[in-house]
Amino acid sequence: MAKSHKPVVWFPFAAGGTVIAFFIPVIVVLTFMAALGHVPPGLSYDRMHAFAGSSLGKLVIFGVVALSLWSSAHRLRCTCFDFGLRADTLVATVLYIMAIAGSLLSAVYLLQI
Amino acid sequence: MSRRPLVREVPPTSWYFHRPTYLRYMSREITCIFVAAYCVLLVVGLQRLAAGPAAYEAFLLGLKSADSIVFHLLALAASVYHAATWFGATHKAMPIQIGENFVQPGVISGAHYVVWLVLSFVILYLAGVF
Amino acid sequence: MTPMKELRVQLEVLRYNPDTDTEAHFQRYELTCPEEWVVLDALNTVKAEIDPTLNYRWSCHMAVCGSCGMMINGTPKLSCHTFLRDYEGTVIRVEPLAHFPIERDLVTAPDDFMEKLKRVKPYIIPKEKKPISEGEYKQTPAQLMKFRQYSMCINCMLCYAACPEYGLTPSFIGPAALTLAHRYNLDSRDGGRKERQEVVATHEGVWECTFVGACSEACPAHVDPASALQQMKITSSIDWIVEHLIPGGNK
Repeated sequence: MAKSHKPVVWFPFAAGGTVIAFFIPVIVVLTFMAALGHVPPGLSYDRMHAFAGSSLGKLVIFGVVALSLWSSAHRLRCTCFDFGLRADTLVATVLYIMAIAGSLLSAVYLLQI
Repeated sequence: MSRRPLVREVPPTSWYFHRPTYLRYMSREITCIFVAAYCVLLVVGLQRLAAGPAAYEAFLLGLKSADSIVFHLLALAASVYHAATWFGATHKAMPIQIGENFVQPGVISGAHYVVWLVLSFVILYLAGVF
Repeated sequence: MTPMKELRVQLEVLRYNPDTDTEAHFQRYELTCPEEWVVLDALNTVKAEIDPTLNYRWSCHMAVCGSCGMMINGTPKLSCHTFLRDYEGTVIRVEPLAHFPIERDLVTAPDDFMEKLKRVKPYIIPKEKKPISEGEYKQTPAQLMKFRQYSMCINCMLCYAACPEYGLTPSFIGPAALTLAHRYNLDSRDGGRKERQEVVATHEGVWECTFVGACSEACPAHVDPASALQQMKITSSIDWIVEHLIPGGNK
């Protein structure tokens, strides 16, 4: 048995899990307020555009979105196996490609701002 | 007498109903579905933000619906549950030994909760919620 | 002295006879036991007084030897450590340890675990060999505490019966064997980590674990296999980075 290359997918999963835990709940609260009709001032076009326009903002947004996507995709891969879907390689390929595509799209959108 | 061990198969699609521990594990894992869906919403939001003020305002307005409220509640519950399980498990993955003894699990998870609350309030403050 | 309280005990025991059966089936036994008895005592009474054909393993009757592990109402437990009074008024379902082949009745075949245990080299591989004349390998209390918890394993295999990933993927090295690898890796006198990584860092090693955590709940010796495996995922990941991303790291 050769050593596994799992760390490549697991390290970003672990990092993403931490990012989700610390950041996603509060971000959900912000858009939840918008869903309730009380858009927080910070979510206005001007302020979001200014934030996403700064290089720090781009980095933070990309980091949160890309790592959260990856972490969710990896966990979903394991969950599919746990639910009895045994085509692990296919599931993993599809989910990881979707996570990477989402991250690339985010990068493209951020660079347009 | 011959050896003829009886092998019992684990049912691959329903094993998690066998014990409450397994159901708790599966509920933790399933949070990823809602988190992933919410991430997709974030990517769409970024696209709208890049498309200009009109598109972005329409995106914000589009969030105002009953479906969206339900979706946000699910995403909130899933991400908070994920956070609780994550903070509760950190001491297992990264125990801290000081001298002979290990730092109590409650101290490590407690520190995570404090950082989490401070961070969340700072972000809410920066977003002008209060 | 107050008279001993007695309990009416109903056991539903899984039976399998390899010479005559193609399937396992439940058999019901009813008996009266003192309330401070454990499930193993009840089984001993069944064997002595009701049905001498019942087979099961036990030895120490004090949660040290690790041989009387069984599924009790679906949860892996040492039957010598499971009190009848906690199940008062219910039928207690007793089955052989999950995920292991049944040899006969409550006796399972531990061959797979034994083979895996050998593969992780669960013994000290000295960092430096020195003659006895140079004295003992010394260790501070802090160095001892670092691994002490993980050295408490009694090889009872309850963690394997608890682990759904082992049930789903039997090639998984599993909780106890990997935790013992971790125990020796953490020992200041040991230098065998690199050899153990050849098993630990494979797909069948720590990477088959999805951190269900059932192993740690099941352990009667309060070992925390789930924590050992998560720690080894981190160290194995750091190894990978050193080996693949740092020039000259693959030494």
